[in-house]
Amino acid sequence: MSKTAPPEIKDPIIEVEHLDFYYGTEKALHGIDLLFPRRHVTALIGPSGCGKSTLLRCFNRMNDLIDISEVQGNILLNGANIYESATDVIELRRRVGMVFQKSNPFPKSIYENVVYGLRIAGVKNKTVLAETAERSLKGAALWDEVKDRLNQSALGLSGGQMQRLCIARAIAVNPEVILMDEPCSALDPKSTSRVEELIGKLRNDYTIIIVTHNMQQAARVSDYTAFLYEGHLVEFGLTEQMFMKPAKKQTEDYITGRFG
Amino acid sequence: MQKYWRTGEPYVWATGAALSLTLLIALTLIVVVMINGLGVFWPDDLEQATLKSGRTLLGEVVKREPAASGEGYRKQYKIGNRDIYGLDFRWVDEADIEALAQPADAFILEREEYGNFYGYLQSLDVGGLAPESSSDDAARLFAAHERVRELKEDVEDLEDAVSGLSYQLENIRRQLLEAEYQGLGPNHPKVEALEREQAILQDDFRQLVDRINSETRQLRQYHATFTEADGQQRDIALADIVRAYRPNQMDFVQKVGVYLSKLKELFLADPRESNTEGGLFPAIFGTVLLIFTMSLFSFPLGVIAAIYLREYAREGLLVRLVRIAVNNLAGIPSIVYGIFGLGFFIYGIGGTIDRLFFPEMLPTPTYGTGGLLWASLTLALLTVPVVIVATEEALGAIPREIREGSLALGSTKFQTLVRILLPMSSPGIMTGLILAMARAAGEVAPLMITGVVKLAPTLPIDGNFPFLHLDRKFMHLGFHIYDIGFQSPNVEAAKPMVFVTTLLLVLIVLVMSSVAIRLRNKMKKRYTFGTF
Repeated sequence: MSKTAPPEIKDPIIEVEHLDFYYGTEKALHGIDLLFPRRHVTALIGPSGCGKSTLLRCFNRMNDLIDISEVQGNILLNGANIYESATDVIELRRRVGMVFQKSNPFPKSIYENVVYGLRIAGVKNKTVLAETAERSLKGAALWDEVKDRLNQSALGLSGGQMQRLCIARAIAVNPEVILMDEPCSALDPKSTSRVEELIGKLRNDYTIIIVTHNMQQAARVSDYTAFLYEGHLVEFGLTEQMFMKPAKKQTEDYITGRFG
Repeated sequence: MQKYWRTGEPYVWATGAALSLTLLIALTLIVVVMINGLGVFWPDDLEQATLKSGRTLLGEVVKREPAASGEGYRKQYKIGNRDIYGLDFRWVDEADIEALAQPADAFILEREEYGNFYGYLQSLDVGGLAPESSSDDAARLFAAHERVRELKEDVEDLEDAVSGLSYQLENIRRQLLEAEYQGLGPNHPKVEALEREQAILQDDFRQLVDRINSETRQLRQYHATFTEADGQQRDIALADIVRAYRPNQMDFVQKVGVYLSKLKELFLADPRESNTEGGLFPAIFGTVLLIFTMSLFSFPLGVIAAIYLREYAREGLLVRLVRIAVNNLAGIPSIVYGIFGLGFFIYGIGGTIDRLFFPEMLPTPTYGTGGLLWASLTLALLTVPVVIVATEEALGAIPREIREGSLALGSTKFQTLVRILLPMSSPGIMTGLILAMARAAGEVAPLMITGVVKLAPTLPIDGNFPFLHLDRKFMHLGFHIYDIGFQSPNVEAAKPMVFVTTLLLVLIVLVMSSVAIRLRNKMKKRYTFGTF
């Protein structure tokens, strides 16, 4: 088996440098080194508990919410270390948006959900808010379905619509990176394919990092794939290459469904 | 058989039975109170009984039960006329009764003093208040009585003016004391000015009192002579009569009229006859105001404490201990809170306020004595655990994804709290407040030592600056029940009022909780699934 060299990535948006992550005394990530290409979709795959969600949550420092977590190593966003003490976490989270596994619209109107990020940032101009709402909902391919009921509760939407609303909410603040944590795992196939289409559209403007359990999905939507196993990065490469011709036996076994 | 047990059906039955039993007990309580309370104001017919001994009595039949001897029945009459008989009630064996009648011209007079009078109108001396020519004496009595009531209201207005004046005088007295305390001599211009003002006010005061006295004297000239059943006569000033009517002549509509007028009196008038008659307005007012001020203290305190405990405090041994302590606070007997309120709020804080700000008044306490403020603070302390627990639970029930969703959009913890968490937990917080209010409304023990009185001379809100006087003592329905039910010299006569007061207290709690529940349901609709 010929070993494929890791792809050369010019102008990475996120650089992970020897990242160790601990939950208390338990080490969840072991020395991860990774580069994420700008304006591409990168999928993180691996069996449950391999640390892919943990890694994802490191990029917007969501893990800070867990008291016992500890990070060693560096993550650079556009060359600046986000784990420096000078980093403004609020600002970071505005630049790195996130879409969660379970859709989590706020108990507010559809409109208020979309403009939430702007409102908390202090935007009061009504035209700006309305324009952003329309642009984001169009960007999330939801505009046509909800344009007549923007003032109704977001909780009245279907599961797939809610998830697209959450994507609209994330892109409303114009982030550089969108993190997606198994965004389709709670959706039916039809809604899943709509979200996947949406990801395909968004890759032109945003860098997307998506965690998924679904091999087909990773193959369909991503340009690059990283395979994690028990906290170690096993393999990283172009998705096409990895799925056609994985470099490592472990990867091959996982992708073909022999374990995991 | 085993299968029957395995299906769990008996347990379902048992749970159902437990619920029904609880409901039944509560329902019985409400029904008993309603039956006894709602009927109190209905004007019953008067019955005149001629006894075999030759005596006659006139009164309302209160009760009928088997006689103690085991044969026949005996009746309890409310015969009133306390000033003549000494007792309001009398038991009579039916065997001793010679004849029964329902005389149409029998009067019930509700009086300012000595309770009801039952008897017949003999003669009338009302001067020019009712034209001599017009119809019969009874009609003239009613006309004159109405006129007297109007005149009396004018006198009461004067009395209000007097109490306003005495409030001003009290203020001046306080300022004089303060001046003296500051060491200003009697010749100091400030003192002299105050004394001049005082003299003017005192003059006004005397004039007003004189006018009231003369008008009252004049009013008391109008009187009527009544005979009681056995023929004794009594002169009764019309000014002493609250209400006069002949129940045996009245049709249903007229009786409803009397009922409603008594109900109006209950809600709007002051109590009389050591609280066993008259209205409950000061007690209703005191109860509602107490609950409101209590909520004002307990609601923010509890919610903010719970927010810190749930959202900001680092989970650990200390927080767990605090949580246990808070839960235990809810189990402390209320009288202990009362004692704490007395020691800490009244003697501690109130006493310090007095020493610092009102030293000229000492040894008379200003804030160092029971009052609405201290009672509501004590109750707030008592109910704050309920609010804390409810708020904590409401906050804890919000899914983690919602918090993370907000934080991931770049909001601070505080923004998340204000914009997302608090609105979402508001129904739960409201539930806590409802429980707290219901608990506060039912508490009596801690109030008894922190400011409740049997009869408060003034309401905590009046027209004198600063309008809301939280340092004043107040009346309370719960204490009222205890007072008239168990502390009254004439327990039998007070009994109807106990039921009425209980009914009213239950009603107030019901009204306040339903308003709060409506509010909560609105919030629930808004912040959980559904429409706006």
